[in-house]
Amino acid sequence: MTELLGLTLAEARDRLAGGEFTSVELTEAYLRAMEAGRSLNAFITETPEKALDMAKASDERRRRGEAGPLEGLPIAIKDLFCTEGVLTTAASHILDGFKPPYESTVTANLWRDGAVMLGKLNMDEFAMGSANVTSYYGSVRNPWRRKNSEAALVPGGSSGGSAAAVAARLALAATGTDTGGSIRQPASFCGIAGIKPTYGRCSRWGIIAFASSLDQAGPMARTVRDAAIMLRSMCGFDPKDSTSVDVPVPDFEAALTGDVRGLRVGIPKEYRVDGMPEEIERLWRQGVDWLKAAGAEIVDISLPHTKYALPTYYIVAPAEASSNLARYDGVRYGLRVPGKSLIEMYENTRAEGFGREVKRRIMIGTYVLSAGYYDAYYLKAQKVRSLIARDFTNAYERCDVILAPTTPSTAFAIGEKQDDPIAMYLNDVFTVPASLAGLPAMSVPAGVGDDGLPLGLQLIGRPFDEETVLKVAEVIERAAEFKALPPGAV
Amino acid sequence: MSLDKATVAKIAHLARIKLPEEDQAAMADELSKILSFVEQLAEVDTTDVEPMTSVAAQKLRWRPDQVDDGGIPEKVLANAPEAVSGFFAVPKVVE
Repeated sequence: MTELLGLTLAEARDRLAGGEFTSVELTEAYLRAMEAGRSLNAFITETPEKALDMAKASDERRRRGEAGPLEGLPIAIKDLFCTEGVLTTAASHILDGFKPPYESTVTANLWRDGAVMLGKLNMDEFAMGSANVTSYYGSVRNPWRRKNSEAALVPGGSSGGSAAAVAARLALAATGTDTGGSIRQPASFCGIAGIKPTYGRCSRWGIIAFASSLDQAGPMARTVRDAAIMLRSMCGFDPKDSTSVDVPVPDFEAALTGDVRGLRVGIPKEYRVDGMPEEIERLWRQGVDWLKAAGAEIVDISLPHTKYALPTYYIVAPAEASSNLARYDGVRYGLRVPGKSLIEMYENTRAEGFGREVKRRIMIGTYVLSAGYYDAYYLKAQKVRSLIARDFTNAYERCDVILAPTTPSTAFAIGEKQDDPIAMYLNDVFTVPASLAGLPAMSVPAGVGDDGLPLGLQLIGRPFDEETVLKVAEVIERAAEFKALPPGAV
Repeated sequence: MSLDKATVAKIAHLARIKLPEEDQAAMADELSKILSFVEQLAEVDTTDVEPMTSVAAQKLRWRPDQVDDGGIPEKVLANAPEAVSGFFAVPKVVE
């Protein structure tokens, strides 16, 4: 059965269609893998019975000739997506016992297309984190190890459970969400592919909100092709999300032509940051060489406001979070901690229900939105955000896609960078600018660092041009021949 | 900007998060670090720059003002920590 786990999503799809095995057989193999992989703590909730029911129903649909694009493929869902009748926690104590009475649009789209749910994945609490160490349900372990070391490493975050599960072959693919890098950074740390589409491509309806002007769902998968297949099912106009964009969803897989001749690839000079490790610089140069060899044209570009992206993000995102998380008051769902008055009940519930990082961000957000500080912090950040977005618009007059590193380092150990919030925030230095501008961006595994851990390269595209992002990413994937696997994965 | 304990206590109350006195100094220190980090934005010239409120370059859509959901009070209340006679129940607010 282990050979089933070795198949990519595209291969499993084709062989299911060819009748070589059933969805029930494939799903059973993954349920065993999920159980064997529990030491990674990648799942918050396993749903084996639901998975088998969905797999049986899928095999039945296939017999009737009604197979969808993801028919019978077992995947896992970040625990930020509401799933009807299945515990949904956002990895927070404050959502104790919450079983949504509805299904998020993105997951509903996946089930519509035939996918099978294995369970709900661990993450940073309310998607706030870059190491998956803020979860109420405990840290997720990266399946990778440094050369000659057994130290437990972080999978990145916030979609750390998604990245760890896909890398360790506990699921064919997984959903993630990205607010400032939460798909791309863990994808890079775990050696998998992950794409955040253009803001507005995937409906946010039923996804627990962190920062609404930034949150976007996207797929995390073993290959660029797998991500392209899954992305198509996740996207689509949804009247229930006021920022959902009504544009046709392309066949992303068809964009993987391997032909990048004449394409202009921009290299932003501001991403060459002080103290950038040589291994990151080397990988980036290698990416340039691969694309040149494939016939692309390399263009030097400038994104002058890059250094202000992180401080902008750490005003805008907490401000939106403080507003979005006001709903957790112990009245309608989740945890309630009693108090003598209504306000004391709110304060006790939120003190016990939220973890330290979430409280920190709510309080920063509350402060920058408060009377007397709004203009100096929040309004200023919104203006700088305009300038950051304008940088990209100007750059795309000279290039078609941008190539950059995904992360400034490989995965670090659990416990590192935890004393200083700013050190942790710097993980997202290369991913946050595209988030602020709402652009599609992808991390593709491109090599390993000196410590033997995976590293990704990032492609950032024009709005709604995921096709170019995916096409270029696949060319890098082919050239990199990234075949390394974490210990234990088959 | 360096926040003092009194300011942190005020923010905590505005955010409806109980923050015991003994935790206020540590929180003040962490929040001050983050604020000093974000304050570098002051050096950016934003004269005549419009604030960005949405990345989606579109106007919000209109829809008919029609009821398209509802009639499911038991589903709505199913997750409530306390529900009484079809309502959410909270500690007494009016004497």
